[in-house]
Amino acid sequence: MSSGEHRLHLLERMLRIRRFEERCAQLYQAEKIRGFLHLYIGEEAVATGVMEALEPDDAVVATYREHGHALARGMDPGVVMAEMFGKVEGCSRGRGGSMHLFDSSTRFYGGNAIVGGGLPLAVGLALADKMSDRSRVTAVFFGEGAVAEGEFHESMNLAALWDLPVLFCCENNLYAMGTALERSESQTQLTLKAASYEMPAWEVDGMDVEAVEEAARKAVESVRAGGGPHFLELRAYRFRAHSMFDPELYRTKDEVEHWKLRDPIELMKESLVEEGLLDNEALSEMEDRVRGEIDEAVAFAEAGSWEPVEDLTRFVYSEVSSS
Amino acid sequence: MTDVIAPATTTTYREAIREAMSEAMRRDERVFLMGEDVGRYGGCYAVSKGMLEEFGPERVRDTPLSESAFVGAGIGAALAGMRPIVEVMTVNFSLLALDQIVNTAALYQHMSGGQFNVPVVIRMTTGAGRQLAAQHSHSLEGWYAHIPGLKVLAPGTIEDARWMLTPALEDPDPVIIFEHAGLYNMDGDPSDGPVDILTASIRRPGSDVSLITYGGSVPKAIEASRELDEEGISADVLDLRVLRPLDKATILKSVATTHRVVIIDEGWKTAGLSAEIAAIIAEEAVWDLDAPIERVCTAEVPIPYARHMEQAALPQVPVIVNAAKRLVGR
Repeated sequence: MSSGEHRLHLLERMLRIRRFEERCAQLYQAEKIRGFLHLYIGEEAVATGVMEALEPDDAVVATYREHGHALARGMDPGVVMAEMFGKVEGCSRGRGGSMHLFDSSTRFYGGNAIVGGGLPLAVGLALADKMSDRSRVTAVFFGEGAVAEGEFHESMNLAALWDLPVLFCCENNLYAMGTALERSESQTQLTLKAASYEMPAWEVDGMDVEAVEEAARKAVESVRAGGGPHFLELRAYRFRAHSMFDPELYRTKDEVEHWKLRDPIELMKESLVEEGLLDNEALSEMEDRVRGEIDEAVAFAEAGSWEPVEDLTRFVYSEVSSS
Repeated sequence: MTDVIAPATTTTYREAIREAMSEAMRRDERVFLMGEDVGRYGGCYAVSKGMLEEFGPERVRDTPLSESAFVGAGIGAALAGMRPIVEVMTVNFSLLALDQIVNTAALYQHMSGGQFNVPVVIRMTTGAGRQLAAQHSHSLEGWYAHIPGLKVLAPGTIEDARWMLTPALEDPDPVIIFEHAGLYNMDGDPSDGPVDILTASIRRPGSDVSLITYGGSVPKAIEASRELDEEGISADVLDLRVLRPLDKATILKSVATTHRVVIIDEGWKTAGLSAEIAAIIAEEAVWDLDAPIERVCTAEVPIPYARHMEQAALPQVPVIVNAAKRLVGR
C-alpha cells in the first residue's frame, strides 16, 4: 500500500467509526439501543492509529467507550450493532451491550466498564506472554480519569517492575465524565506519572491519526523487542456528551466548537484534498461504501433474534472444559 | 509376636497445600504461584516455604503489595492460557482486590457471551483464633459465595487441603480457596485422593442431629460429635467443603435422617452462609424438622485481640454440644 493509499485507508477507518456511532445515536433515540451509550465521536484517530500498529495476535483491552476500538480492531460492524440491539447474534450474545463488546477471534478482551479495571488484566495477559516466550503485545486503553485509580498505579508499577509487554494508551479527553483533569489531579502532566515508574512516556496529538500511528508503531516495536511497557498520552476531545444522559453543564459550547476545528476526520480530509489524493467524487464514494456497511450492520441487527429466556442461566460457568 | 502396622503417613494442613501446589507445578508448566512474600519469605503462613528453591522466581513470583494488580494479573494470565495460583495473605486483604474478583473474574464468561473463561485459583487465609485482631481474622467466605460465576472451596481436612487444588486448577472458571489460619498446624492422613469440588461430605455419620459446618469449624464439630457420643447422642457431621455451589442434596439427606440441625459458621449470622443454609432447609425440608434450626456463629462484633474476648466471640465446642442437646430435648 502506498503512503497515499494508506492515508485514505486511515480516513475511511475513522469515517466508519464516526458514521457507525452517528447511526447508534439515532438508533438510541429510536429506542433500538438502550442502557448507556458512550460515543467516541471526536476521538476516532486514537483507536484507529493505535490499532494500525498491532498484529492480529496482539491483545486489546478497552473501556466502556469502545465501539471505535472494536471496529478499528476489525470486529464485524454487524455483530457489534447486534450486540447494541441486545440480539443473540451480537458479539457477546446480547449479554454485554454497548459497554461490553468482546471478541476472542481478534483477542478483544472487552469492554470493561470499571474505570481502571482493565489495567491489571492487561498486565496479566502480558505476563502470560512473557512467561510463555511469545512476542505478543497487549494494548490497554483507558481515559485520563483512570489515572486517579489505585489500579492504574499498581498496574503501571507491576508492568514496569516485571518488564512486561504492555502498551498503556491513556486517552486524555480532558474530562472524566464531568470532572476536568485539573479538578481531579494534583499533577496534570500525565507522562510524569509514567516516568515515575521508569516507563518511556510520550505525549501524542490524538486528533492527528498519523501522529498516533507513528507513535504507536514506535512504541509497539520497542515493547515487542523487549523494551518493557510504554505509555502513550493521547490528547483528544470528546465532541459528544459523556453518555446519552449528559446535559454537559461542565464545559462551554465555545470549548467544544474550538476543538471541533481540529476534528481528526476533517483534518485528514483537508490534507488529502490539498495533496490531490482525494476529491469530492472519491469522498462521496467512500461515504457510500461506509454507509452501505452500516446499513448492512443495522439490517443484520434488525434481523437478529432474542436469546430464549430459557438460556438465562447459561454462561455463568463455562460449558466446555478449557484445558 | 508383634503386630507390624505401618504408621499412617501424616502431614500438616500447611504441608498438604504445599505438596498440592508443588505437584501441580511439576505436572503442568502453565501453573505458577504469585502473591505477597510467597517466594523469599516462604509465605506469610509458610505455606510455600521451599518452593522458590525448587521452581525459581518466575514461577514462585513475589509481588508488591498491590492486591488488585496481582490478582488482576492472575486473571489476565489465566485468560491468556496460564493456570495461576494467586495467594492473598488474608481474606481481609482480598477486599483490596474485590474489583478484580467480582467485576472481572466472575463476570467475563457471562459478559462475553461464553467466549472467555478465567481458570484462575485464588487462595486466601480466613478465620480467627490466633489473636490477630479484627483486620486479620474475619470470615468472609459468605461474601464470595454470594457471587454467581465464582466457585468457593473451604478445605476443613488434611485430605481436602491436599487434593482440592487439582480439580480447582482443572476447572475452567475462577475458584476461591479459603484456608483457615487455625488449621495450618493440624495434622492427619492426606489419603490418596482424588476429591471432587462438587459435593459436601459426611465426616462422622449419625442419626440424631446434623452438625452442618465448613472450614475451621469442622474439627470443632467433630469434637462436639465425640462429646455428644458420650451422652448417647449420635451427630451427623456434615462438612460443606464447597460453599458455592452448595450441595443441597447432601444437606437435605442429612436433615431427612436426623430431623434436627445445628449450623456452625465462623461467619456472622446476619445475611451469612448459615442464613442461606437455614433458608434452604426451610424452603425444601421444613416438614422434616422436629425442632427449630439452631445456629452457632461468630458474635456480631469485629474479632477482638484479647484471647478471652476472641474465644468468646467464636463458635466453641461446648456451645455446639449444648445446642445439639437442646434439640434432642436434653
